[in-house]
Amino acid sequence: MAHDHVSNTKRIWFVFGLLSVITTVEVILGIIKPASLEFNHFLSLNLLNWIFYILTLVKAYYIVWAFMHMEGEKSALRWSVVLPVVFLVLYLLFILLTEGHYVYGVFKNSTIKWNF
Amino acid sequence: MDTTVTTANNDEKIWGGGNEPLAASYGKMMMWFFIVSDALTFSGFLAAYGFSRFKFIETWPIADEVFTHFPFLHGSPQPMLYVALMTFILIFSSVTMVLAVDAGHQMKKTKVAVYMLLTIIGGLIFVGSQAWEWKNFIKGEFGAIETKGGSILQFVDKEGHQVALADFAIKHEGGREALKGNAATWFLTDADALPAYSVEDVMAGFEAHPDLLVRTEQLTDKKKKTILSREESVQRLADAKYVVEGANLKRNEYGNKLFADFFFFITGFHGFHVISGIIINIIIFFNVLLGTYEKRRSYEMVEKVGLYWHFVDLVWVFVFTVFYLV
Repeated sequence: MAHDHVSNTKRIWFVFGLLSVITTVEVILGIIKPASLEFNHFLSLNLLNWIFYILTLVKAYYIVWAFMHMEGEKSALRWSVVLPVVFLVLYLLFILLTEGHYVYGVFKNSTIKWNF
Repeated sequence: MDTTVTTANNDEKIWGGGNEPLAASYGKMMMWFFIVSDALTFSGFLAAYGFSRFKFIETWPIADEVFTHFPFLHGSPQPMLYVALMTFILIFSSVTMVLAVDAGHQMKKTKVAVYMLLTIIGGLIFVGSQAWEWKNFIKGEFGAIETKGGSILQFVDKEGHQVALADFAIKHEGGREALKGNAATWFLTDADALPAYSVEDVMAGFEAHPDLLVRTEQLTDKKKKTILSREESVQRLADAKYVVEGANLKRNEYGNKLFADFFFFITGFHGFHVISGIIINIIIFFNVLLGTYEKRRSYEMVEKVGLYWHFVDLVWVFVFTVFYLV
């Protein structure tokens, strides 16, 4: 068998604690929105949003690896699930966000107006 | 053939479907590949949301001003808190689900059943919370004016706090009533309920209250909505076309219509996943009670439905970030 059938409760509660702490940090940051983070940019994304996205990915990692037990699967299964999603999502985001930004520029700089 | 796990010795049927190249049963692997396709579906929706948001980056609604309700705290805006509570509920139901899977590995029937039941209850609370969030969003809070060009104009007092239409609009006599099917013309009815106030009512109220100002959708470089001067406000209001109360698929008092459309569509699609997850969980829960998996000597079915349930939680983590945080 691929998995050992010993109890994992300790790890489950650890991951639950971690996810709760991360969510709490996100909510606190979302409420106070420190100006030093919100108005400083890195690679044209403000630092607050960087933190939110990174924490989200950390949460996603723990949900998939611990709760969905991906860490116990064969690496062939693991990567045949994870890599296509990661690649296609990055590709999709690149295309759509670039295009969205372009359309924004068209409305802003030309005589075409959308909402007025 | 091997859609469910069997305890028969498969070593001798390498060519008969008994082979498990990825050390995962057929059912579990198919659940993973279903999750891949569903993840890409949700990614498509969220990326489309990102597209529209980038397109209207300077006028997009501020989520903290839209979702401010919390039960029993009426009148005091509480951004983030309610959705944080929903997130905790869903994470916790994920924990009970994984505890059920864990108990299944140890063949503890009662424990599996109890944890499954807790998971189902958590899911029901989540969907109920979602419904309450929708109700508040649909009902709206302040009301706004939509211009001919599709912009939303909201009303604020001197301190910049939003003012509800009901607090200043002056109701005129003889306004148009909603056309109902029982009033002679059964084929001519108003598809939507008429707002409580007409544009004339709002304009009269605005003139009678010289302290009121108009707030536009435009974001300043401090990421706040622009508040116009009184003269500019009067000028913008000349374009008033509709009174908007709450949000629906056509109009949205909080700002861009697409915001409401995506909110309904994405959280709705997620909520639909939660509901189907609850139904599948209930089926598996009864199977556990009936001892189906006890007879099978394997609780892998609980593991499979667990994968789906965690996936629903996973999607929520991203929806939470994209709609409420960034």
